[in-house]
Amino acid sequence: MFDSKLLEGKVALVTGASRGIGRSIALSLAKCGSTVLVNYNGSKEAAEDVVKEIESFGGFAEAYGCNVSDYEACKAMTENILGKYNKVDILVNNAGITRDNLIMRMSEKDYDDVLTTNLKGAFNTISNLSRNFLKNKAGKIINISSVSGIIGNAGQANYSASKAGLIGLTKSVARELGSRGICANAVAPGFIETQMTQKVPEDMLKKAEENIVLKHIGQPEDVANAVVFLASKYADYITGQVICVDGGMAM
Amino acid sequence: MLERVIEIIEEKLGLDDVTITKETSFKDDLGVDSLDLFELVMGLEEEFNVEIPSEELEKLTTVGAVVEYLESKK
Repeated sequence: MFDSKLLEGKVALVTGASRGIGRSIALSLAKCGSTVLVNYNGSKEAAEDVVKEIESFGGFAEAYGCNVSDYEACKAMTENILGKYNKVDILVNNAGITRDNLIMRMSEKDYDDVLTTNLKGAFNTISNLSRNFLKNKAGKIINISSVSGIIGNAGQANYSASKAGLIGLTKSVARELGSRGICANAVAPGFIETQMTQKVPEDMLKKAEENIVLKHIGQPEDVANAVVFLASKYADYITGQVICVDGGMAM
Repeated sequence: MLERVIEIIEEKLGLDDVTITKETSFKDDLGVDSLDLFELVMGLEEEFNVEIPSEELEKLTTVGAVVEYLESKK
């Protein structure tokens, strides 16, 4: 099912693709034949490494620096992309940050920063690409949510609010654009081994692992597989859904 | 101008069995939804090389209003 021709001729934009889950998504989409635009904010070198890795197996990729929380910057990026590639078939809103703290200690800034990047960032890219999708009468929008947005997580009021918000955004967009053949879905990863989860204290991680039905932490590739599926023709009749890739954490 | 606008409306909305005049209302006569209207606007923008802001969209309820708007932008 997943071969180098699956997404041949497609153009995919993956936000926050220089590291972690985004990086893995970019690599997997490229392995399936899609051109991949690797968005990053700050980590230019890491993004260029992703591009090089994609090129090393014969894929095509280009890095685009842009802070997705900035509407105008997003607009400029998508205009650049459409000017050069004429279309975007697959949009993966993956860019996300954490500023974990207990609610009584969470600053307003920590709340705002997380919401602006994780939730508004997705609005910014979808908004700027909706015209492109409507014109093509096709498209796959995939928002990376989190199990935290479904069952909540102590210490992540901001993060889980943003990730729950992404689910609402996904469903509304799915309803708005569905009549034009555009699918919008969310993927909700659980505990995945990335730099982001490395910040989680050891004892909390152990406790989290106990709550995973499959008893082990997931890999970025596990999430990427779900994204490739949703981006492919095999998911043409799936829209407005949340696929949990969490080893059974949220049931 | 009117003829070309009508052609684009027919093409974008897939209509071929209705008579469209200046007085035709998009919503009342053609039953188009907001996405249809958006698609139509994209088509018109491409054809006439203008940008129709979303605020203007609400006022363009009839074919005649669209033609007038486009003529004012020439």
